Amino acid sequence: MSAAAGMVTGAKVWKFPGGLKLNGHKTLSATSAIEDAPIPAYLILPLAQHIGAAAKPVVEVGDQVYKGQTIAAPDGFVSTPIHASSSGKVVAIEERPVAHPSGLSAMCIVIETDGLDTPLSTPELEAHPDYSELDPSHLRNLVRQAGVVGLGGAAFPSFIKLNPGPDAQVDALILNGAECEPYITCDQVLMREQADDIARGAQLIMHAVQATTCLIGVEDNKSESIAALNKAIDALDDRRIKVVVVPTRYPQGGEKQLVQALTGREVPSEGLPLDIGIVCHNVGTAATVWRAVTRAEPLISRVMTVTGGAIKQPRNFNVRIGTPVSELLALSGGTQGTPARLVMGGPMMGFALTSDAVPVVKATNCILATTEAETAPVEDAMPCIRCGECAEVCPAGLLPQQLYWHSRARDLDRAQEYKLFDCIECGCCAQVCPSHIPLVQFYRFAKTEIWEAERDKRKSNHARERHEFRQDRLDREEAEKKARLAAKKAALKKDTSAANPVAEAIARAKARKAETASGQPADPVADMIAQAKAKADGNKKIPEKPASTENSSSTDDPVAAAIARAKAKADQKKTDSAAPSDDPVAAAIARAKAKAAEKSDEKSDDPVAAAIAKAKARKAEQQSAPEEKPTADDDPVAAAIARAKAAAAAKKDGD
Amino acid sequence: MARLSSPHLPVQASVSVVMRRVVIALIPGIAVMTFFFGVGVLLNIGIAAVTALLAESIMLKLRGRELGRFLSDWTAVVTAVLLAIGLPPLAPWWLPAMGAFFALVFGKHLYGGMGYNPFNPAMIGYVVLLIAFPTQMTLWPTPLGVGDGVASPLAVLTYAIGNDLAAFGGLDAMTGATPLDHVKTQLSLSQTVAEAQGGNMFGLFAGQGWEWLNLAFLAGGLWLLTNRTIRWQIPVSVLGSLAIISTLFWLGDSDRFASPLFHLTSGAAIVGAFFIATDPVTASTTPRGRLYYGAGIGVLTYIIRNWGGYPDAIAFAVLLMNMAAPTIDEYTQPRVYGHEGRKD
Repeated sequence: MSAAAGMVTGAKVWKFPGGLKLNGHKTLSATSAIEDAPIPAYLILPLAQHIGAAAKPVVEVGDQVYKGQTIAAPDGFVSTPIHASSSGKVVAIEERPVAHPSGLSAMCIVIETDGLDTPLSTPELEAHPDYSELDPSHLRNLVRQAGVVGLGGAAFPSFIKLNPGPDAQVDALILNGAECEPYITCDQVLMREQADDIARGAQLIMHAVQATTCLIGVEDNKSESIAALNKAIDALDDRRIKVVVVPTRYPQGGEKQLVQALTGREVPSEGLPLDIGIVCHNVGTAATVWRAVTRAEPLISRVMTVTGGAIKQPRNFNVRIGTPVSELLALSGGTQGTPARLVMGGPMMGFALTSDAVPVVKATNCILATTEAETAPVEDAMPCIRCGECAEVCPAGLLPQQLYWHSRARDLDRAQEYKLFDCIECGCCAQVCPSHIPLVQFYRFAKTEIWEAERDKRKSNHARERHEFRQDRLDREEAEKKARLAAKKAALKKDTSAANPVAEAIARAKARKAETASGQPADPVADMIAQAKAKADGNKKIPEKPASTENSSSTDDPVAAAIARAKAKADQKKTDSAAPSDDPVAAAIARAKAKAAEKSDEKSDDPVAAAIAKAKARKAEQQSAPEEKPTADDDPVAAAIARAKAAAAAKKDGD
Repeated sequence: MARLSSPHLPVQASVSVVMRRVVIALIPGIAVMTFFFGVGVLLNIGIAAVTALLAESIMLKLRGRELGRFLSDWTAVVTAVLLAIGLPPLAPWWLPAMGAFFALVFGKHLYGGMGYNPFNPAMIGYVVLLIAFPTQMTLWPTPLGVGDGVASPLAVLTYAIGNDLAAFGGLDAMTGATPLDHVKTQLSLSQTVAEAQGGNMFGLFAGQGWEWLNLAFLAGGLWLLTNRTIRWQIPVSVLGSLAIISTLFWLGDSDRFASPLFHLTSGAAIVGAFFIATDPVTASTTPRGRLYYGAGIGVLTYIIRNWGGYPDAIAFAVLLMNMAAPTIDEYTQPRVYGHEGRKD
């Protein structure tokens, strides 16, 4: 690892290798103030706005929605909710063209706005002006519920980065205000105009990740922003926060490069900044986090730049997420002719759009419309002459010429040996290539090829494992069947009077008798218990249990019975751990039992008590639900117990 | 609107710009060379360039490649010029023509064209000529101020076309050994270096004419360094290693071993270091590898000059190190960000 561990003070700035001095073109849009973009007629909100799982819609076509209302809920861990950016009616949940390098469509919720911008009458989030009493985990939940993702471009869910985990030691929070991509100025104006929100956001994130220092990295071409931040920090009188001025050099704002520049440490390959005690957020994210927690504002708008030589009036907007790009082009005075290229993001790492109908998403920091002169022409590349200029400018220290060679030849193993996956796709190599080879494109291609191959391998492994498992199961069943048959024959031969089947029949008869005595129709629970017991007997795997099961079933208490049965089941599972195929059965029994419990409640008591019981049962079910995933093996049993207990409690209440 | 991948900014650099710069940087050296050795220098360059472009066109056509785009990249011209300045400026016309043809066809296109040739094409052409036509290749015309002086344009043309110098007093009157050749021969006759360098063949610090020639090429090479067309590692390591090894031997026995200054400025060391060894396609491509690659050329050059069969050895040393370049690259990969390893 590179030099300098030790304290993170921000007193020194390290140089990252390679990089480029680029013409910033920032004056185009940097001088104007942030302008609020008006409400568009339609808002198009893609369900997938970042890596991880897409959100799940919780509204339906025709629903009236209000500003700030959750319209899609997270589905999985790396997932965040999506909120309505204004009020109106959901008119479609369908595939629409979205901003994606592939130019494909994706599921979107389309809202026809009513122009009233009516907020929810009771906000979903609670404002916490004084967050210091909240514990970090609560803060993270708030940030997640507000749908906050990184606004620097990658849009990674912020709450995950606010959660360093119990063992992690965070030395410093780094706020990224470098904004090294040419043309983009949204962070620059945000720092200039909302420095206070950013500084307070820094304090909040420091509280969440338990950091003692915060360094805000800003390139030296943004003097007004630097001054504004310093003023805001002085006003807060917080000496833990420090603005560090870094040289203007692309890609200074790359997370790894900024970490290196500010701390001298390198993020380990395939690791996270957290591995070296650093948490990194964009400045805009910090401000958004602060507003989400203290003002209960979900992420429904962001500051972004509309610029480029083809834009008549380049500027920065505060835009509602979901606003179509075409609206923003119109708001910027339109374009001069057809732009040579329409890019979402910056010119170095952004991707070309095929249509201006796509919406702004949480990750959109810039819309760039270029003239011919500003754009790389469409041309065939010359062969690589191995001049090595790409290696001179690579901030990762790679040999792009070798990566290109192997990627092109589809020699993917060699490409990985040359550390393909340490490429950050900054585009420096392609920018200096005299042969005009679209190098980054080759690396992306190679990466996806490798991912594809790994997926295929996983899939075929999985299929093979399943096949082998099935084969095992069939063999085992066959063996068991034979053993049973053999045992039966042997029993018939030896002693026809003292056989197991008789005992089983007696047990069944007893159970039936008990049911009829209590005046109830055949109780499926008891039935199942008997079956379970019989099965257990048959399997001879839990010889010690049957007595107790029989006892409890004779008391005719469904709760106790369920518990007992569940226990029996669990025991059986323990002794036969190679049979996860039992799970569905257990679940089915639990469901049946719960239903039976409800039924018996209904019969015996007043409807109110029954309703309460049902509600409680449901609640119990819900409570046990989150645990379902991590402990998939155990929980049908646990859930059954919980439900049964709930039912019992309800009964008592009713009585 | 085109759908294209990032980065979207126009790229300033281009292969033809790089190659044109190399040609421009050679102009001072060519001018001085013409001044000392006559117009034969320009004739050689002309014949080589025309042949190279013709060969390139034919090969592109045969390979089904776009003519215009590749002909305008200037790489064929660079190869031709680098080959031609290594030839004796008094040569039959077919010498540069054959060299250029061989360089382009066998040294470049049969390997897959620009970017795919493992060996420096100009040096392939040069070595083929050196081995096939040793007489024509080693007889250099006497430079200005030595012997009968520089060959007249008429003599040059007469010899180039008719291969006959009878009217000008014969070949011997017009030609002589190069300084490197001369010293090598004299040393083999048990003379000391000082005795070998005694005649009027030698100027201020190296061969008469050759010293100025080398200074002019050095100027061009430094210009290429300052505009970052080439990187410092290869020229510095070629000249550095040659200087170090020649100093060591010279200090050990200055009667039998020529001075480092002589080695650096009397032959093709400077042209080789700045213009030939730096050919990106065939050189090592890692920063550290370029140092090893250049050092190898310097040391091999010295060894062949002193103990090999040829007076100069840049071409052989370059070709030998071309072979080693892929291996050098393999073992000199820089440390990648976020990986443990060697500190640079």
